[in-house]
Amino acid sequence: MSMTVEIRETPEPEAQAPEEPAARVEVSGLTRQFDVSKPWLNRLIEGGERAILTAVNNVSFQIPDRGVYALVGESGSGKSTIGKIAVGLLPPSSGSVKIGGTDLFRERSARRRRRARAEIQMVFQDPYASLNPRWRVGDIVAEPARTLGHRLDGGPGALLEQVGLSARDVEKFPHEFSGGQRQRICVARALSSKPKFIVCDEPTSALDVSVQAQVLNLMRDLQSDLGLTYLFISHDLSVVRYMADRIGVLYLGALMEEAPRDTLFATPRHPYTRMLLDAAPRLDAFGREVPPPKGEIPDPINPPKGCPFNPRCPLAVDRCREERPVMRMAGSTRVACHAVEEGRS
Amino acid sequence: MGAQQKTTVHFPMRARPAKPKARVRAASVLQVRDLIVEIPTRRGVLRPVDGVSLDIAAGEVLGVVGESGAGKSMMGSAVIGLFDPPTHIASGAIRLAGQRLDLMRPEQLREIRGRRIGMVFQDPLTSLNPLIRVGDQLTETIRSNLGVPRREAEERALAALLEVGIPGAEDRLRSYPHEFSGGMRQRVVIALALCAEPKLVIADEPTTALDVSVQAQIIALLKRLCRERGTAVMLITHDMGVIAEAADRVAVMYAGRLAEIGPVADVVGRPAHPYTEGLMASTPMATAPGKRLAQIPGAMPRLDAIPPGCAFHPRCPQAEAGCFLDPRPTIDACGGRAACWVRARERRMDRVS
Repeated sequence: MSMTVEIRETPEPEAQAPEEPAARVEVSGLTRQFDVSKPWLNRLIEGGERAILTAVNNVSFQIPDRGVYALVGESGSGKSTIGKIAVGLLPPSSGSVKIGGTDLFRERSARRRRRARAEIQMVFQDPYASLNPRWRVGDIVAEPARTLGHRLDGGPGALLEQVGLSARDVEKFPHEFSGGQRQRICVARALSSKPKFIVCDEPTSALDVSVQAQVLNLMRDLQSDLGLTYLFISHDLSVVRYMADRIGVLYLGALMEEAPRDTLFATPRHPYTRMLLDAAPRLDAFGREVPPPKGEIPDPINPPKGCPFNPRCPLAVDRCREERPVMRMAGSTRVACHAVEEGRS
Repeated sequence: MGAQQKTTVHFPMRARPAKPKARVRAASVLQVRDLIVEIPTRRGVLRPVDGVSLDIAAGEVLGVVGESGAGKSMMGSAVIGLFDPPTHIASGAIRLAGQRLDLMRPEQLREIRGRRIGMVFQDPLTSLNPLIRVGDQLTETIRSNLGVPRREAEERALAALLEVGIPGAEDRLRSYPHEFSGGMRQRVVIALALCAEPKLVIADEPTTALDVSVQAQIIALLKRLCRERGTAVMLITHDMGVIAEAADRVAVMYAGRLAEIGPVADVVGRPAHPYTEGLMASTPMATAPGKRLAQIPGAMPRLDAIPPGCAFHPRCPQAEAGCFLDPRPTIDACGGRAACWVRARERRMDRVS
């Protein structure tokens, strides 16, 4: 089937299909490098080389208004780094993040920059580390609104009720809540400044399944009720499948494949996506005896030449070891793979 | 409830009878009977494990699932006697191949741990000594447990690393734990746990810290090695997917008690206990895309506030009047594979009609 699919080059980074709604978030050519070399004096004495880790490598994607875009990947794939850059916690080495048309890092006008930033909020993974234990919940929840000078209609109690807690909880401290309730507090805090765009970095990874279901349902409801845009970061394909409209698969800092949710799960194109889907545990998999995937994620400081996935890829040929594939459209999927392009898949 | 005649706990054999070598069911390697673990505190005695009975046969993987605080890790610790006082086994019996572990003195238990029971924990770094080369750790373990000469121990160490699939095993013997990746480290820990050829392996969340692709590798490895050697495995995890993939039978724990135990296909596919049902329905894996996740209202009770009767009744959509009262349901009394009065009553009704 892949032979018949027309493959053309995507005109990166802008220019999408015309019927596409205006993008709330536009990430283009995002690259972030970290200097992980030893201190200067050690290098001088021991003669070590400079070591640069490319955590994010030329990643571009767009999230339409009220869309939920998910980034999946294993550890070290750069998904959290992208999340941090998208909220402005880390500057990119190159590339840009535009929120509602305003470049988060290069916008000259301080007023517009501030306005763009006020539209962003974040929910972190660990609800134990992301709440100040010495603050009362009411103060925690009200803080973003206070900082930005917003009025909080109904006070923090109303926000807590919106996320399924009680208005009386404003007087309590974080330690009086369970993990799931704390994550609800984090969501309430994120909502308090009336954001349009929320980055959720593994928001339910620290929670039990039954509590995870409560929090995921809540986040979905809020998204549709308040018209929010989410960037949802997770390593769990089943969670992503539940939450996202469109999914980007990351590997070693680069986007391998991006597709609408159902397309990705029905017809994964990239060999890495297929490997991920095959390796994910399934509930109907009793006694499944498939050979597990081979190999591990390579060292990101010395990534393989060519396609980052080529050492583990069953379809790799010489071209994959030399030339890095670029993202190309194949149907509604964008995929960076020579094998897909050549119809070898 | 007196209608049930089951006096001995009976568990169906294996989840998958169509195994290449259908072994005759050996006596259970591990037998736990009415185990109660208590923690005395200033505000009363807590019971993180309350009346659990289960068996694991040779070569069988028993998955123990539950949410945090369900007592699943506590049960694993009880079997190997790794408690800090004042936590202690208050009553019940734990037998390893017929030997009472719960009555042993600490020195005797030390002999058992490692040699007869291997352990794999979530974080491989805490199971390995960071200052000792991996090869030396393996050699030392083999020598102290099996009493073989150094030469032979070294050969066995190499064989163990090769068996768990570590590339370049010969050179890796001289590496330190930090030089391995997470998945490779967990392989080393598995090699370490299995090198003394134990009868039972307790794996407590062995893949929770690992990536999906590596997790699949580790599960496959653990399954293969234990099947080949006839080692019984207690696989403790919160991940239903891992259980479905790896276990032959599943025990579901809730608030320190056994909610349900049975063959994996039954427990995962046709859960009997309302809690298992809710747990399965709330996994995104079991939910069709676009559908809402089913959620269990509320949270697991704290150990100092476990409700009377069935511990699950405040969250249970099917609870009846009898569920709120003592005596609480047990698998024995309810007669099926779930500790649930509602199921027990339904079964009686079926029988009458």
